[in-house]
Amino acid sequence: MTVPLPYRVVDRAVETHDTATLTLEPVRQALRPFAPGQFAMVYAFGVGDIPLSVCAIDGLRLTHTVRAVGAISGALHALRPGASVAVRGPFGTGWQLAGAAGLDLLVVAGGIGLAPLRPLVCEALAAPGRYGRLNVLIGAREPRELLYAAEVGGWPAALTTVDRPDARWRGEVGVVTTLLDRAAFDPPGTAAFICGPEPMIRATAGELVHRGVDPDRIRVSLERTMHCATGHCGHCQLGPLLLCRDGPVVTWARARPLLMVREL
Amino acid sequence: MADGAAVIDKGGLDTLIAVLVARGRTVVGPTVRDGAIVLAEISGGDDLPYGWGVELAAGSYRLRAREDGAAFAHSAGPQSWKTFLHPPRERQWSADRDADGELVVTEDRTPAPSYAFLGVRPCDLRAIAIQDRVLTGGLYTDPAYRGRRERAFLVAVECTEPGATCFCVSMGTGPAVGPGYDLALTEVLDADGHRFLVRAGSEQGEAVLAELPRRAADTATRTAAQERVAEAADRMGRSMPLVDLQVLMRESLTAERWDDVAARCLTCGNCTMVCPTCFCTTAEDVTDLTGDHAERWRRWESCFDRDFSHLPTGPVRDSSHSRYRQWATHKLGTWYDQFGSSGCVGCGRCIVWCPVGIDITEEAHALNREREGADRKGTP
Repeated sequence: MTVPLPYRVVDRAVETHDTATLTLEPVRQALRPFAPGQFAMVYAFGVGDIPLSVCAIDGLRLTHTVRAVGAISGALHALRPGASVAVRGPFGTGWQLAGAAGLDLLVVAGGIGLAPLRPLVCEALAAPGRYGRLNVLIGAREPRELLYAAEVGGWPAALTTVDRPDARWRGEVGVVTTLLDRAAFDPPGTAAFICGPEPMIRATAGELVHRGVDPDRIRVSLERTMHCATGHCGHCQLGPLLLCRDGPVVTWARARPLLMVREL
Repeated sequence: MADGAAVIDKGGLDTLIAVLVARGRTVVGPTVRDGAIVLAEISGGDDLPYGWGVELAAGSYRLRAREDGAAFAHSAGPQSWKTFLHPPRERQWSADRDADGELVVTEDRTPAPSYAFLGVRPCDLRAIAIQDRVLTGGLYTDPAYRGRRERAFLVAVECTEPGATCFCVSMGTGPAVGPGYDLALTEVLDADGHRFLVRAGSEQGEAVLAELPRRAADTATRTAAQERVAEAADRMGRSMPLVDLQVLMRESLTAERWDDVAARCLTCGNCTMVCPTCFCTTAEDVTDLTGDHAERWRRWESCFDRDFSHLPTGPVRDSSHSRYRQWATHKLGTWYDQFGSSGCVGCGRCIVWCPVGIDITEEAHALNREREGADRKGTP
């Protein structure tokens, strides 16, 4: 897959001051179905394409939450319904939730890291009884950066914390790992799914291992710059991994030794 | 002889080029230009660097005249075949916005040129196989590369004159030719004359060989060819440490030696440009003045570029320490994890074209010594 397929923006929901969720529909042909944790390369006309995880599984539609942090993400964030984009995918490894049947599920998100985890939570909620207890722990820097607030409010066992509360914040304050004490899970029988900034991933996964969660049952979604997503451009290397191919979701057992080396 | 090996003379080499041209091929081979032996389109045997050799050292490349008039008595120049198979800049697709604002995306389907490469060294033959694996051996295939590669006709020439920066023996890639060629030549120059032992490695190669003025290979020529290649193996200028380099790299991620090399490395990226296997590219998007036509290009990129590892939070590999380590550990180590082989073929180009003469073999030896030192400290 080297050539992207045309899609149209059919909906744009403002999430935060710099983040919006775009819903895309294929103009003619649709890409193959995506799994939670996989990503698409979404192209802003003439500007470029970036990897964006799917944040919902919805038939032929693609849903991506994009935060304006650079030229391409800024151009995508600025799109309005009716605008045209072009998309390649699906790429990368997914969360592989199916392998966690019978286990307690611990979902830990930092900031926009909740976006790729959302379809995983929806998949788990849609299959009651298939898994053990579900805990969703969400951290953000500030209250105004919390994603999908209305939807998260409807999730059972979702806990939220912020680093810097504002005057109206009545919830938890502190880094996301402080929520672990309030989550009900049996560490040896838990599958964990983590996405967020790398320091948050390191701290959370490290704490979970400390509490007895198997590093092979902790999956983390990692970020590196990507240009091709087909394993040919070399940008997304993390030691032996090509994250477009071997990631973005990898087990903590695999990721840990790599993330512990500075500037690898 | 049963193996079909033949002997051709200089005239036969001229005919080989003429036959390949007559078959519609663009023949690319070594030729002297701008004070170097470069790879360029050649139209006849006269273009070959008869009588030229090279003198190589870390950070140094000089042509030198030879007395023997050999055509292939030189080691790697500044280019490799990736310049042709995986060109420095290439358009991949175009996107046009029609009157309704819809995008129409068109894949670039420029017909692949039909190349014949004359003078592919064993190390470079392996390098082509390595790039094949990277660009066509995975889940996704690069269609433009595959098109050029499938149509290319490879005339390998065994190495009889290694350079001072060569280390193919320790990488297991030369100086004798491995598989993958259409024709393989060995140049022999002795009292019996200037001639080439030729073997075909494919049906196409056999067909081309059948068109050349030739004689069956005689024992004297075979023996001379074997001896010259065997002697070349003994005259390698450099060698890698005889350890598992993949393991050495994996165990050296926090070595102090990287600080030492970082103090010398200019992060210019020359080593990645001249490396015959380095494949990294960057996507470039351009638009025309109408704003309704956009193109996706890709161009060679270097992991020594600070922006190579760009993330919104800043580059992952900011220090030159980490960028040299990325290149060396990828080339010698993690390439195995990613693509099942070493990424280094021992051609020595990175040593020659490094402006400050950093030598990857010397760095590997230093890393090995540092590891051995650490081991000794660890065992009382």
